[in-house]
Formats: sequence, C-alpha cells, structure tokens
Amino acid sequence: MLYIFCPHCGSRSQNEFAYGGDATVKRPELNKEISDHEWDKFVYLRKSPRGKHLELWHHISGCRQWIKVERDTSTHEIFKTYKATELIE
Amino acid sequence: MSQSFRLDNVGMVNRNKKISFTFNGKKYFGYEGDTIASALIANGVHLVGRSFKYHRPRGFFGVGVDEPYAILQLERNNERDPNIRATEQEIFEGLEVKSVNCWPSVNFDIGAINNFLKMFFPAGFYYKTFMWPPSFWYKIYEPFIRMAAGFGEASIKHDKERYEHKYEYCDLLITGSGPSGLASAYAAAKNGARVILAEDKPRYGGSLLTSDVNIGNQTGVEWSEKIITELKSMSNVIVKNRSQVFGYYDHNMLVMSERIGDHLPKTQKYLPKQRLWYIRAKEVLISSGSIERPLVFGNNDTPGVMLSSAAKEYMKVYGVLVGKKPLIFTNNDSGYETAIEFKKNGVNPLILDTRKEPSSDIISEAKNLGIEIKFSHVVVAAKGYKKVKSADIAKISDNKKDLSNIENIECDCICVSGFWTPSIHLASQSGNKSEFNEKIDAFIPKKSKQNENTIGSANGKFTLEETINEAFDKGYEVSNKITENNNKVSLPTVVEKKSTEHDKFWCVPLPKGKSYKRFLDFQNDVAVTDIELALREGFRSIEHVKRYTTLGMATDQGKTSNLNGLQLVSDIENKVVPQVGHTTFRPPYTPVSIGAIVGREVGKHSKPTRKSPMHQWHEKNNAVFVDAGVWLRPRYYKQGNETLFEASKREAKNVRKNVGVCDVTTLGKIDVKGPDAAEFLNRVYTNAWLKLPVGKARYGVMLREDGIVMDDGTTTRISENHYHMTTTTAQAANVLSHLEYYLQLVWPELNVNVVSTTEQWAGAAIAGPNSRALLMKLFPNTDVSNEGLPFMGYKEADLFGIPTKIYRISFSGELAYEVNVESDLGNFMWEKIIEVGKEFQIQPYGTEALSTLRIEMGHVAGSELDGRTIPHDASLEGLVSKKKDFIGKRSLSRSAFTKPDREKIVGVVPLDKTTSIPEGSYIVKDPNAKLPNPKLGHVSASCWSVEYDNPFSLAIIKDGKKMIGQKLFAMSPLKNKTIPVEIVSSHYVDPEGKRVRA
Ligand SMILES: [Zn+2]
Repeated sequence: MLYIFCPHCGSRSQNEFAYGGDATVKRPELNKEISDHEWDKFVYLRKSPRGKHLELWHHISGCRQWIKVERDTSTHEIFKTYKATELIE
Repeated sequence: MSQSFRLDNVGMVNRNKKISFTFNGKKYFGYEGDTIASALIANGVHLVGRSFKYHRPRGFFGVGVDEPYAILQLERNNERDPNIRATEQEIFEGLEVKSVNCWPSVNFDIGAINNFLKMFFPAGFYYKTFMWPPSFWYKIYEPFIRMAAGFGEASIKHDKERYEHKYEYCDLLITGSGPSGLASAYAAAKNGARVILAEDKPRYGGSLLTSDVNIGNQTGVEWSEKIITELKSMSNVIVKNRSQVFGYYDHNMLVMSERIGDHLPKTQKYLPKQRLWYIRAKEVLISSGSIERPLVFGNNDTPGVMLSSAAKEYMKVYGVLVGKKPLIFTNNDSGYETAIEFKKNGVNPLILDTRKEPSSDIISEAKNLGIEIKFSHVVVAAKGYKKVKSADIAKISDNKKDLSNIENIECDCICVSGFWTPSIHLASQSGNKSEFNEKIDAFIPKKSKQNENTIGSANGKFTLEETINEAFDKGYEVSNKITENNNKVSLPTVVEKKSTEHDKFWCVPLPKGKSYKRFLDFQNDVAVTDIELALREGFRSIEHVKRYTTLGMATDQGKTSNLNGLQLVSDIENKVVPQVGHTTFRPPYTPVSIGAIVGREVGKHSKPTRKSPMHQWHEKNNAVFVDAGVWLRPRYYKQGNETLFEASKREAKNVRKNVGVCDVTTLGKIDVKGPDAAEFLNRVYTNAWLKLPVGKARYGVMLREDGIVMDDGTTTRISENHYHMTTTTAQAANVLSHLEYYLQLVWPELNVNVVSTTEQWAGAAIAGPNSRALLMKLFPNTDVSNEGLPFMGYKEADLFGIPTKIYRISFSGELAYEVNVESDLGNFMWEKIIEVGKEFQIQPYGTEALSTLRIEMGHVAGSELDGRTIPHDASLEGLVSKKKDFIGKRSLSRSAFTKPDREKIVGVVPLDKTTSIPEGSYIVKDPNAKLPNPKLGHVSASCWSVEYDNPFSLAIIKDGKKMIGQKLFAMSPLKNKTIPVEIVSSHYVDPEGKRVRA
C-alpha cells in the first residue's frame, strides 16, 4: 500500500485516496472549435508509461482535494506531490 | 501410548501440565508448550501424511515454518482448519487433528499406487497426462485430481471466530528474535527508537535456544531472556511472539499475522483468534535467520529422515528424541552439534561426514566424547517404507563421483545437514535483488531497495560474534538516523566454538544399477529425475523449470528445496548458480488464514449501513426494506398478508388518487455556493442555468466528457449565490468528486465551493392530487397556492415551528412537493405529515411504488441512465443547449451518437394486457429468427400500470420513435418467455404533464 504525501494533510495511506489518472491531460478550452481527432485524444487516449508519471489522486477520505503525484509506475517510488494548481517545472 | 521418546528433565515444555489430544482419532498425551510434531514424536509417531503426487509416507522434516511434510487438518469446536503445520501448531486440551492426502487411512492409502505408477507422473504430468480426449476432463480427470489433491478440506460453515486488523506505525520493525534480532532491538530501543520486535515462534531467542554459546558470561538462553525482559519493560517497544511478518509491500508497509488464540482450546473473551497488523515502519531490520538445507540421496523422503537442526531443537526445546539409533549425515560442522546433543542424552550417534579430513573445535569435541565418525562417507539410500529402518552407506571418492564399500547399517533416523540457506524472502519481496555468495553457496540480499537491511544469518553471517556485532551496529545506526540520539550500548563478549568450512557436495550419486528416487521438493514430490527431464525437454529458464516441474510451488514455497533445485540445474547445465538465478519470492512467506485477511469486514460489517432519520417509524409501520447502495430504504409497507405486488399497487394507486408520502432522504444533496455558481452549473449541466431566478428549481442532466449521461436531478437557487443540488442516491459521491475535479483542476478561477449536505437534510416527497390541500394544513402561514408556489417553485416555511424548505418538484408525475427539514427533526416532520394527512387518506409509499409511478410516467432513472445512454436515447435532448458549451458536449457530435437510427426510449405493452415483461428482455422482430436473433434493444424497467391496470415497461430500442405502433416481441431467454408486445410512447400517463402543473 502506497504512502502518499498530501500537501494539505501530510503522509497518509493509499486507502484514503482515489486514483484519478494522468495529470498532464489538459481539457480543451470551452467554446473552442476542435477536431474530432483532438477531442478523441483528450477523452480516450492515455499514455501508460513505465517510469515517471504525473498522476492525479483525490484525497477522498481526507481533505477532498485533488492532488498531483509524481510516481514511478514500476517501482512505485513517489518523487514529489503537488497541490492541484501548483506550478510544475 | 506412553511418551517413550521423551527425555527426563530436558527442554522447555511445562512438565506440570499434561495435555491430551487426538490424532486420526487416537488419543495421545503431551505437555503444555509442545507442538503437535514434538508431542507425536515423543509418542514414537512418525507417519503423519502422504505426499501430494505419489502418496508416499510422510513424517516430520523440520521444526518450524519450513516444514514440507507434516501438513494436518485441525478440528476445533466443530470448525475445520486445513493446512496446519504440525511443527508450528501447539497442542491444547481436546485438540483434534487428522492427516490429509490419504484415503482411506494414513497407514493404508490407495493413492500410494501412484508411487508404483510413477511413469504417469513425470515432470509436467499435468500438461501431458490429462489432455485427451477433452470430454474426459470433466468426467474422469478432474474428479480424480480433486479427490487425490489438496491439503485438507475447508469448512463451508460460518467461521464464528473473530479476526481483527490493526494499523501500527514505528521507527523500526525487526522480523525475528534470534541473536541478531534481539541485539539490534536492544541497541535501537536503548537509543530511543520506537521498535516492534516480531517472533514467529512462541519462544524468543531463535538459534540461541539450541546453541551451546556464551554471551556476556551467560548462556544463550539466559541472555535472550534477559534482553526480552528488558525490552518488554520499555514503553517504546512492542514485543510480539507467535507473530509472523509474512509480507513486505510498497513504501515500507509490512503485514504481520499474530496468532492470539490458535494455541488455546477456546479464544479468550475480548480477544480475537488472529490479528493482522499493517505496520508502516520507517526502517526494517530483517533478522529472519536461515534454514538448514537437505542433502539429497536415495529415498531421502522416508519418515525419519529430517534436518539435523530440527533433531537438535526437538531435544533441547521439547525434550524429545527423534530416534534412538541416529545417523547424522552432514557436509559441515552443524551436524556435530546434533550428534553431541544425542550423546549428552545417552544416545550413541554415528556421523557420516562427506568431507575428507576436516578439523575444528567442534569436531574435536565430538571425537573426545567418543562419537563414531566416518569421513568421506555418504548415505546412498534410506531403507524402510513407513519409517527408516536402516541405511545403505558408502565411502565416496575424493572427486565425489564413485561409491565404494556399500554396506547396510541399522538406524531409526537420519539427521541431515547440507549447510544453511539464508531466509531472504522478505528482502526479496521488498524488491531487493540477491547475489550468490560462493562462501556459503547461497543467495544473500544485494542492495536495499526500500528502507530495509538484512542482518545475521539471513545475511549470510554464520558466526555468533559476527552476527551480534553487526546487529548492535545496525540497531544503533538505524535508530540514530531516526532519533538522532547517541546512546550506544556496549558489546557483550561472545564465546562460541569455531567451526570450519562446509563441503560443496550435496547430492549423492546413484550406485550402479539402482534407480532410487532422490527428492528435491518434498511437498510436491519433485525428484532429481524430474529436473533432468525438464532440461532434456528444453526448459532453460529457472522460472519455466519451476512451473513445469512444480519445484518450490507448494505451500512451503520451496523453503528447503529451492537451492538444491538450482544447484542441480546449474550442475547439469554446467553453469554457476548465479547465472541460473533464482525465482522470485512473493508474499505470503507462510500461509495466512482467510479469516485474518478478511478481519471484521464480514456480514453486516462488510459495509456501513445508512439509515434515514425516519427509519424507526418505517420499522414500526411494517416497512420491508431494500438495499439502495449502502442505504436501507422502505420497499413497501406491508398490510396484513399483502404481497410486494399487492402492496406496491395499493401505495401507487393511492398516490394517483389521494396523496402519498415517500422518504427521499437518501437523495444526494450538494450545496453549491459562490459568486460564480451560476456559471459553474451552466458548464456542468447540459441546459441553461444563467437565468434561473432565486426561488426556482430546474431539472438538469449532467454528462461525462464522453457524452454519456452521468446523473440527473433538480437544482434550486436558494439565494443569489447559493444553489441546492440534488443527485440520485447512487451517484451522490461520484457527482461530488466530479464537481470537485472541475473546480480544483480545470476551472480553478471559478469562485465556487461545493459540499455534501446529504446527511444534513431529511426529505419527504408528498405526492398526489390531495397534496396541496395537505400542505395548506401543514403550513397555514405560507401561500402554497398554484400562484404562490408554482411548479418548480421553492419556498421556506415553518412546520409547527420548525424551519422547512419546500420544493415543488415531482418524480411521480403527480402534483407533488418535497419537504426538507434538518435531519434531527426528520421524524417529527414525518409524523406530522402522517397525522395531518389522515383526513386526505395519506399512505406512505416505498421504492417499489415510486418505481411504478415514474415508469408509467416515462421518467428516466438509473436503469435507463445506465452508463451507455446519451441524452437523446432517454428523450432528454430537449435539455441539451445548442448555444452554450458544457462538459461532454463535443462528444455528442460523434458519428455514433448522431446516427438517425440511434436508440430511443419507448413504452412497451403486452398485447394480452396481462403478461408482465421481465426486465432485461430483448425486443425482437421475429421470435423464430435464426440465432443470433438480431435485437432491437432491451427492456430497462417494468411495472404494473396502476393508471390502466395492465403491465407496462420502458425499453431502449433502435430507431425507437419510428417503432411506435409496431407489434414486436419481448424475449427473455433466461425466463424462457416470448411475449407479443406493442411499442407505445414512453409517456404512458399524462403525456402533456398537466398534473404536475395543476
Ligand atoms: Zn489531504
């Protein structure tokens, strides 16, 4: 079970969180004309990298904040966690 | 039977407490502190089971978790516990155990015929023997394998024992209380670290219990007792015996199973039988010790052949002799310790040492005691079927290839020592790679993967001095890292006998003309020939050889067999062991009971039960409840002998005719607040929200980004910046997460907050033509006329002095209101509605009547919004704005969603107006069409229309609108029904919606 550092609450066990998928996906802006292909890419296509992955976790049984977690998908090492709107270099 | 193999005054069992137990129906005696194994051996019993494949007789091989043979079934208070290791299970008064893998009895086992048919059970026999013809599988092969296989039988009865889970955090977890575990725990605890020390066995001390050493001028036993006593008295230390750390998981979480009541006749009051500990440790020291390796020779699985360290422990800890004419077969000095122990207890052993001319302290001691030793000698084969009776021994040449002077000597046990294998399982589970250490011919952990270190003999340190020094250092170092304290304890002096190098020889060649089975894996009956065959057949990867031969795949996970298997593969392949590599260890290290894994989450504790504040009233009024997610909701209120069908029909009819009241507390409620709330709702819902006035409600549909309907409900503008959103009962939690996602991540610039208020409000839906008249009596000070409170209107009022919110919304299609009060006052509200409603013929109605009402009105619910439908399919396209953008809008223009013959919701009525259509039925054109019959769609919900007094269903079918008026068929292959039907509009009752606006 992972031990995830919530930037709002501190380190908590994985069972307090819900996984939310790839955090690098950016929703197309409202009212913007985009192609079927672009929209499909946003809705359906996700990379499944081995190694570093920036992903969303929802601290659903804690502060209810969505956070971003930089995790290695093969070793489960967590490098850093960020608040939802924190800037990531 | 008397305990004729019990020594006087030796060992640690409690001689003052005699305990009786039965094995295979026969009564035996032992002492408190005995295991089943030690007590049976004391009684001279060595035959306890049959092997898995050949059903060869099985005795005891080890003395702990590594035991491959003595797997028994325990019967306790009419409960069964399979897969019990006799070497671990302590006896208690009234214990009943029996053998497994044998039929009809352990002494006469029919399956043993497999032993003589072994040409049918070569490596990979599962893949070869039982393949053809296919029809034989169900009728012959599977029943045969099922009868013959398995380690016992699980009970199908409810387990009445209690199991618990516990979460613990510590600075340092130490797995094993041998010399390295004790020393490191002591050093770390004295340096202020919060320590958990876990010991699998009942007694602490590990190898110190049986070794002849001296630490700080005390015997090993005295020293370990002193350390444990001191550790137990420290507030920063948790010491646990009968506790196996069996799994090492991510981020330094380890799981330990504590056997609290397994050794007692009856679990103690207030204590569980077992407790599973989830331990998050900052650092871990793996001090799990090492397991002695077998030597491989002919018939080396005969009962009476066992590990030499086990024989020693049976003597020193239990005061039990494993034989009175022992043969010690060793390739290192460890066998000598056992021989000396026999000699001390008046038994004359014979030592066969594979080495030519070794010399060391301990060999000299054995010689001085007058023990007979034959160097360059091996056991060729054990003789005897159910117990060792003699052994063929031989001199072996210096190159270890040729045998000479074969002779038969009498013996009743053969104690083998093939040196030691570090238990690196936990380190391996942690992700640690291992490296082969030539000096000890075994793998040790390479580089720590997580915050873990392996110490002591688990790390290949086989002298006590090395072990203790390393452990004190590590304990200090690790604790210093965490506590930053500098309290170092001084190292004790260690006195031990020096030993010399082991022999790299471990597998005795077969004499000419003999074909003895030489076993590697004792539990799965994998012999040398099986590995040879697998390699001949082309298997190369050790992982493949393992699976093909089943080497190391038994419940003991190859604790005694893995390394010898590897050695053999490397010998045949002419590779060195590290090139062959070893298979991966996975949790659990030892078997864990299902009860411990499940813990308290059984029966009604498997999930929480949510009840509305009116629950007790429902109970008192004969409500029959139904699970709605985790909620309990009244399904119907039973009057007299009514059936569900009769009661729900009565309740629904009363709503259409008079007035009914329904508990709608379970609906999800979310407060949406902030200056941008209107804009946010406008993006979340498919319809327009910017112009909704204060005091008005609106029905809304929200989509996922893929265009599928996520949820529906009404949202009311309470004040300028405050909205009250309702969701379906089932989707409440998901909708909140969905809203939080968009507010926190996608549109953080919107100034809006959301919070669940589901539990803050108790809700009652008052529906029916009399509802306004009832409301006027309930709220005499509030104008609830059609003008004062129009359809989709909202008002705050007071109900006999309590603040109330009235929403004029309707799910039933009747003139209806939803009344909300604070949860605590829910019951008061409910009782007042019932009391005042009497004169209007009010009746409560449950979810079944609620469904009937909504189905015949054509209102959609979860069975239509099933995660596959877009608004159009449910005839909700009128709510989809063409002007503004919203979540999921772009998906609605996908070609699949805009096809002209896209599915659409319709009504379905059986032609005979009497046969109910099963939910889930297919709608087809021709019931006799060739299979697979092309289906037009499916029936999503069915009811008995109380308006027309005939069955009515909703269905979602292709090109639904055009189908209206057509005569089709509803087929339910499950219920074996084909019903001629007519397709009608889904709005079966009041299609113009006049009633809700009345
Ligand atoms: Zn948090």
